Amino acid sequence: MDITPTSPTSPPPEKQPPLAVDKVSSGKATRPGDRIFLGLSRGSGITLLVVMAAIALFLTVRAASALGKNEGNFLTTFEWNADSAEPSFGIAVLLFGTVVSAIIAMIIAVPVAVGIALFISHYAPRAIAAPLGYVIDLLAAVPSIVYGLWGALFLVPHLEGLYKWFDDYFGWTGILEYNDGTPRSLFTIGILLAIMILPIVTSVSREVFLQSPKMHEEAALALGATRWEVIRMSVLPFGRSGIISASMLGLGRALGETMAVATVLSTSFGIQTSLLDGGGGTIAQNIASGFKEASDDGRDALIASGLVLFLLTLVVNGAARLIVARRKEYSGANA
Amino acid sequence: MNDIMVDKTTDLASAPQTSTLRQPSTLRQPRLPAWAPIGLVALSILLGCGIGVAAGLDSKIQWGLISAVLLVAITFALTAQVEGRRQAKDRLATSLVWICFLLAIVPLASLMYGTIDRGSKVLDGAFLSHSMNGVLTTQPGGGIYHAIIGTLEQVGIATLIAAPIGLLTAVYLVEYGRGKLAKAVTFFVDVMTGIPSIVAGLFILSLWIIILDFDYSGFAGAMALAILMMPVVVRSTEEMLKLVPNELREASLALGVPKWRTILKVVLPTAIGGITTGVMLAIARIAGETAPIVLLVFGEKVINNNPFEGAQSSLPFYIYEQWSLGNEASYDRAWAAALVLIAFVMILNLVARGIARWKAPKTGR
Repeated sequence: MDITPTSPTSPPPEKQPPLAVDKVSSGKATRPGDRIFLGLSRGSGITLLVVMAAIALFLTVRAASALGKNEGNFLTTFEWNADSAEPSFGIAVLLFGTVVSAIIAMIIAVPVAVGIALFISHYAPRAIAAPLGYVIDLLAAVPSIVYGLWGALFLVPHLEGLYKWFDDYFGWTGILEYNDGTPRSLFTIGILLAIMILPIVTSVSREVFLQSPKMHEEAALALGATRWEVIRMSVLPFGRSGIISASMLGLGRALGETMAVATVLSTSFGIQTSLLDGGGGTIAQNIASGFKEASDDGRDALIASGLVLFLLTLVVNGAARLIVARRKEYSGANA
Repeated sequence: MNDIMVDKTTDLASAPQTSTLRQPSTLRQPRLPAWAPIGLVALSILLGCGIGVAAGLDSKIQWGLISAVLLVAITFALTAQVEGRRQAKDRLATSLVWICFLLAIVPLASLMYGTIDRGSKVLDGAFLSHSMNGVLTTQPGGGIYHAIIGTLEQVGIATLIAAPIGLLTAVYLVEYGRGKLAKAVTFFVDVMTGIPSIVAGLFILSLWIIILDFDYSGFAGAMALAILMMPVVVRSTEEMLKLVPNELREASLALGVPKWRTILKVVLPTAIGGITTGVMLAIARIAGETAPIVLLVFGEKVINNNPFEGAQSSLPFYIYEQWSLGNEASYDRAWAAALVLIAFVMILNLVARGIARWKAPKTGR
């Protein structure tokens, strides 16, 4: 290598051998090459922060301009007439749809995902466990528009019978009431979103379950515990925060999902008590389907709703990451 | 010695026999035979289908749900009778976990089957090499050439923007990052991973198109895709750089090699397989994004090779467009485009994982 001749002439690393690595890595670059490289890489990191800040800033700027013209109350108005001369629009219906469909998705997806994760980590025969994990990861890569196409043309027609059934037995609750019509409803969206977030929730919780301390499991088995008792006593308590953060990540996805919702749902403004009847809307879906017809003011109004979505996902994802970070600090089991 | 052995075996053999004659051993719990789970599954599927036919339920989803509930109930009741409550709970959990697995496999298999089945109908050479120029919406024919061009250009530009920034950020976090800036970057990279694609699209819309007054173009879409891609690249590259053994860095630094050359010539080449994988997975992720394209590229029926000027199409946008036309011919085109998109994404995934396995950093043993 061409380094050998220069090494005797560069004494700094030899003066303090144990500290040399620390000194260089602490950011005090002395050589020009080092300085440029550090500047480049630090600059990239700062770029990322700037982009995040810019997203918040520019969305806020446009949103403020839209809100200034809004005749209605942004939080409580039940309509979206952003294009008229006296624009009046509110986020209430969309926020309701977004949150409700995401919650339905969570209720369906999280137990199933935890089940699949347990299946892969503790129940499946060795030979198929690894390929299965692989398949689940691949499914996370299916584009959301394809889920949307499948949901609109394949899932929706199959749900009618199920909804009639729900209506027969649970119609009295009011929530699961179904009057005939195409089931392009919030509940359908919930099912579709559940299918879409299954892979991510599964793969994160599977990672956590696989890390659960083997010693605890073997100790429980040695005491005569059944497999379920092992899981309940040693795997689930260990993985609890992992499950929570996986669900939050899934929730973030479900809240922001656009195309799958836009293909399945037909927007109607109004909050219904029944989740099975067609109608409702989500923030992201409203943006995607209302964008082409929107005037300049209408676009600003859509951006304002996007800002709400941004803040919502920011809070959910931030919370998920904080939970994961805390688990890393307190768990000694990984050491 | 021989005598003793014989004595012992006869003793052991005879002792339990006599005891079983008098009363069943209390040490050994009664168990269901090994074929019981499979038998119960078959039984409950039969019953589920039977009930489905008898009650005239038209949705196969209902049949499946009834079978699942029956399986859980019968397994629990039977095991509780024969093996006791603890075993019953164990079997209950086992059957629930299996049902969860099947519940997930069914829609995913149906999705894959539906796409391949319906997509292969119109997919041929002409479909791949023609645009939608002059094709009536209800008329069969046309193709996705313009959409493929759009996707490749937009994804290519996004990669050119996001990959270097993401890579350098990861280098900063692993090799230099200490203190508040690094912590902030780490946190916001995590948060950025969760930004909905439509929000990234709205950001570029408000900055690039509304405030800076540029026109809709493939480049605008590519910028939004780059925002979505960056955090994914940072995350995966960071993981890979952390896997590079510290001894390599120390050896290089001890020879007097400057830190930047150490990173370029030692650290990055060691991790290059994993980094490539990460970038390819990120490409696979953004190739399927539709929302930013809807907002920023606007869609076009004819071939537009220039991503910097004028509207373009892209594969996911094409699927959405054909779906919203709402007739049989356009549905067929949408499915065929979906098949091409899935194939593209899956191949990227498989190749990426192949590279990861092939180029995995050899950890010392």
